[in-house]
Formats: sequence, C-alpha cells, structure tokens
Amino acid sequence: MTKSILAFAEHKEGKFKNSAFEVVSEASKLAKECSAEMVVLAIGEIDQSAADVLSAFGATKLILVSLSELNSKSPVSGIQYSPSATAKVISAVAGKESAETIVLSATALGKELAGRVAVMTDSAVFNDCTELIAASGKISAARPVYAGKSIISISSDSEKILITIRPNVFKPERKEESNVELIKMTPDDLAVTSADFSVAVKEIVVSSEKLDVAEADRIVSGGRGMKGPEHFNLVEDLANAIGAATGASRAVVDAGWRPHSEQVGQTGKTVSPSLYIACGISGAIQHLAGMSSSKCIVAINKDKDAPIFQIANYGIVGDVFEILPALTDEMKKVVSQ
Amino acid sequence: MKIIVCVSLVPDSTTKVKIDSNGKSIDENGVSFILNPYDEFAVEEALQLKEKNGGETIAVSFGGDKAKDAIKKAFQMGIDKGVLIKTTDSEFDSFTVAKNLAEYIKSQDPDLVILGKQSIDYDGMLLPSMISEMTGLPSTSVVVKMEINEKTITAEREIEGGKEVLMLQMPALIGVQKGINEPRYPNLKSIMAAKSRPVEEINAAYSGNKVRVGEMKMPPSKSSGKVFTNGKDDVSELVKLLREEAKVI
Ligand SMILES: Cc1cc2nc3c(=O)[nH]c(=O)nc-3n(C[C@H](O)[C@H](O)[C@H](O)COP(=O)(O)OP(=O)(O)OC[C@H]3O[C@@H](n4cnc5c(N)ncnc54)[C@H](O)[C@@H]3O)c2cc1C
Ligand SMILES: Nc1ncnc2c1ncn2[C@@H]1O[C@H](COP(=O)(O)O)[C@@H](O)[C@H]1O
Repeated sequence: MTKSILAFAEHKEGKFKNSAFEVVSEASKLAKECSAEMVVLAIGEIDQSAADVLSAFGATKLILVSLSELNSKSPVSGIQYSPSATAKVISAVAGKESAETIVLSATALGKELAGRVAVMTDSAVFNDCTELIAASGKISAARPVYAGKSIISISSDSEKILITIRPNVFKPERKEESNVELIKMTPDDLAVTSADFSVAVKEIVVSSEKLDVAEADRIVSGGRGMKGPEHFNLVEDLANAIGAATGASRAVVDAGWRPHSEQVGQTGKTVSPSLYIACGISGAIQHLAGMSSSKCIVAINKDKDAPIFQIANYGIVGDVFEILPALTDEMKKVVSQ
Repeated sequence: MKIIVCVSLVPDSTTKVKIDSNGKSIDENGVSFILNPYDEFAVEEALQLKEKNGGETIAVSFGGDKAKDAIKKAFQMGIDKGVLIKTTDSEFDSFTVAKNLAEYIKSQDPDLVILGKQSIDYDGMLLPSMISEMTGLPSTSVVVKMEINEKTITAEREIEGGKEVLMLQMPALIGVQKGINEPRYPNLKSIMAAKSRPVEEINAAYSGNKVRVGEMKMPPSKSSGKVFTNGKDDVSELVKLLREEAKVI
C-alpha cells in the first residue's frame, strides 16, 4: 500500500471550518512532496456538497465516521463527543490507511487530541507549527517558542509524525472544486469500544454567538486606553464594520471591563489574524506574545513611544476617542465599495 | 486524597531572549527562572483540595538539578513532598518528559494528578493528554472550574467561543488554566521552612527523544512600520494603505 498523509478536518454543524481548509491544503502539499496520497478524515454528518468544498484544497478522498454512531458506543448516554474516542478514531484510521503523517489544526480540539494520538500511534509531535518544509520525503518544521520571542526548527528520525499547525498562519489557496469520494467507516471497522470513552463532553456552552478571537481573521482589540467598559462600543463598531472579532488586553480583563474569553496574550489566547488593530494597548511583552505573528498590525495610541509601535506595520499617534469613530466611518465607506 | 502536581521551572516571562552559542537554545546567563505560572494554579488547586478533603500532596519535576527550584517553590506554597526525576540530558522532548512522569505516577497510584495547561517556555500543551494516554488516567485540560462529588469530577474547560463541561471518574488527571483559583503568596515563615526541606531524587528511567531541535532563530524583524502623527487626519491614508499596500481589507 502506498503511504499516505492523514488530515483531520474540523467542521461546525456539517460546514468545514477555515482551519480544516488550512490543514487539508498543507497536508496536500506535503503529500505531493513526499509522493504520498492524502486522505481526509471528518467525524460527524457531512454531505456530498460540503465534502466537495474540500476538493478546492486538494482533497480527493474523505473518510467519514458518523458522530451519532460513534457516540452510541459510549457507556454514558447523551454525550456531545469524546476526545479520547476521537483520538482512537484518528489513530485507527491512520493505521488502516498506512498514514505515517497526521496533520491537525492547533485549535482547542486539535491540541487536546495531539498528545493522545501521538501516544496511541507512537509518533513524534511537531506542534503549533508556523512553517512546514518537505524535502526529499522528509518533513521538518518551525515553531515559535518563548512566547514568540524565538523560533526553533525541528525534525525527527521517527517514521511517524504528528503535526499541528497554528490556525490562520497558512493561507490555503482556493482552486476549482470537483468531486470528493466519500468513504464511510463505522466505529466497529475501527475497533472502537466503550473503553475508549474515558472522557466525554456532556455539554458545550456557547458563551456568545460572536466570532471567537482565536478563530478570527481580523481582530480589533482594546486596552486600558479605552478608559472604561462603557467606551468599548467604539471597538465593537469598528469590529462590526470590518467583520472582525473583538479582543482585549489583560489589564481590561482583570479590571472586569471585558470577558476573559477575549484576552489576547501569554495568559490569554494566541492569535494570528491577517489584520490586528490594537486600540489603547501599550504593547507589553505578554500581550505581544499572543499576537505578534499577526500578518498586519495597526496600532492606535496617544503615546508615540508605546512599545506597540515597534511591531506595528502601521500606526497612528493620537486619541482613540477621536480616531476610532473616524476610522470606523472610513472603513465602512471602503468595505462597502 | 493523594494528589500529585507536576511542576516545571521556566525562564521568567519578561526574559529578553538571547540565543546561546550552541545555536539551539537560549543563553541562560542572567536569566531568572520561575515556577511555570500555570503550575502555580495547579499547586494551589492541590492545596485547596487537601484542605477540604485531607490527604497528601506531592510535587514532581523532571529535569536537571535546577528543576529542584520548582519543587522548592511548591514547598513554599505548602506542598508536602517533593520528587525530582533526575536526568543528565540537556535536551528532552515532551515525549521523554511525559514518559518519565507517567512511570512515576503509575508507581504512586494517586487519586488525582494536576498539571498546568502549558509550560510557558516551549508552550507544548501536550503533557496532560500524553500522560493521560500513557497512564490510562482519564483527563482533560484548560480547566477553569472543577468540582468533585464522591469519585466524579465535573470540569469546565475553555474552548473557542465557549466552554465544555466534562465528567471524569477518579483517579483522573487535570490540566489547569488561569481563572481556576488565585494562587497564594508564600509567607516569610514558609519560605524559610522550605529551604531545609529535602527533595527526594530518582533517576530518569526513560530517555530517547523523538523530536530534534535544529536551530533557534530570532523571529524575522519587521521592517519598521509607518507611523502617522496627525491623528484623525491620517485615517483615510491609513485605510488606503491597508487596502492597497497591505491588502488586508
Ligand atoms: C505573568 C503575566 C502574564 C500576562 N499575560 C498577559 C496577557 O495574556 N495579555 C495581556 O494583554 N497582558 C498580559 N499581562 C499584562 C501586561 O504585562 C500588561 O500589564 C498589559 O498588557 C497592559 O494592558 P494595556 O496595554 O491595556 O494597559 P497599559 O499598559 O496601561 O496601556 C494603556 C495604553 O493606552 C494608551 N492610551 C491611554 N489613553 C489613550 C487614549 N485616549 N488614546 C489612545 N491611547 C491611549 C497609553 O498610552 C498606553 O500605552 C501579563 C503580565 C504578567 C506578569
Ligand atoms: N519537566 C517537567 N517536569 C514536571 N512537570 C512538567 C515538566 N514540563 C511540563 N510539566 C507539566 O506539564 C504541564 C504542561 O506542559 P507542556 O505540555 O510542556 O506545555 C506544565 O504546566 C507542568 O505542569
């Protein structure tokens, strides 16, 4: 059997997430370089048209395991999903497909699965990668360490490698869509048993319908320079105008102005959107740790010496209360064009 | 209740990173080391559980002699016992660390194992799930709230855009996130008392990394950005550049 590369594609209610496109697109590039075949795995209910979307990123074959069938193996009923059983499915599919390389996204789910799948399949882990290199059949990678203050290159002599890629870093290019072959596998095909459900998620609480900062391609963040929670409508207005998520510095989260889920930085979330607009944020090293890999950083701060300007691609020295409304108006004009 | 807390020593987060002459790690000269911030939450959680339920708390760290400092910090906070799994290797990957910690945990038969969700040096976020698979202990990580009822743990973990609620049967393993508690500050008396507390040492049983670090580099420096100083009057120029030059809107 030819070797293959397995890409695990996350979806929400049957629609593949952006992170899935990134994973499939990168896995397909690696497969080409390593003369391997790429197979994509998804767990859930996916229809043919949703599957076909993946063809634009190089997918030809999608293995599908039904979530309800999988959950029916759980000893406790009424579960949403089980990370341990999901890891078992990925490992078993990798075994069946002779996949020596497995690619996941470094999302909350991907990070939880990575360690499990690595142990189950005895793979070396390249985690949270921001660069992948394949040369003469061997894969190496680069990843940020010390909160992005430096980057290491990593490689392995192991035959099996599990890779997680940092969301929003790799840009998948869309090509024309065609058909993707759907292959259904059952939990029994993969020898999943009730013992694989050592952990199960009973309930998923969505904190708000808003786009989460960790998944967003554009972010507008506010810091202590916003002066109080009552002024964050200025941040939200700009975010709405450009379809961005809202973020925050730790200072304003600790002050209770914004929820912890919005905190960007070392003790918050790591983000790498294509556009990050920092409003009234000084740019402390711990904040930079979470956002310095953003593609384009815009800073608005009244202090010209604020450290945020050192990593900003564009900046305006000035008062957020003056600049934000003007910027929102201007963005509305341009975006509607 | 017997609780094991895994602790690691990391460079202070404000450290200015300089690359060592070996080209693959940081130059540790002048760097101050601290207990990994997430492990402080782990230690605190263990202490609070002991205060409620009684039992024993053990801090374990894998590393060289220096890793003892992480255990000392755990002593200062109030942990009962400390164990160093000692290695002479200077490089180790998550697999090696997990394997050694898992072996120790298996030998101890704890009711609960608590880790931080990640160490802030290499940001692995791998050990909780790796050790879970190696020991067979059910686990979850990035936990912001947990409750124990008899032998069942109800844990809340953070995900993108919300939270997940999980149930686990003890013995179990938990990786904790900021927000779960407020770590205590050690008082002078406990700092003094920790100085003379012995750390038990055992030799690492497993070595053999799967991942090799090639070189460490500084991130590509951004060419200095364009900074405008006329406030509101520059807004339209900025938006123009975002569209035409950066192509992000
Ligand atoms: C272990 C540890 C972990 C941490 N983790 C994080 C983390 O995850 N995320 C994080 O963000 N921080 C973190 N911090 C905190 C960090 O060090 C800073 O304290 C924090 O980021 C500062 O937030 P800020 O920029 O909003 O506030 P400040 O530093 O107070 O900056 C406010 C800025 O607003 C500007 N300003 C004021 N008024 C106006 C105005 N009208 N118009 C325009 N600009 C104005 C000021 O010039 C200033 O630059 C951590 C710290 C530690 C020790
Ligand atoms: N060398 C170590 N010794 C003991 N525990 C560790 C060590 N390294 C990491 N840990 C624990 O594992 C958690 C997650 O680490 P990591 O997966 O490396 O990000 C940390 O918060 C610690 O609780």
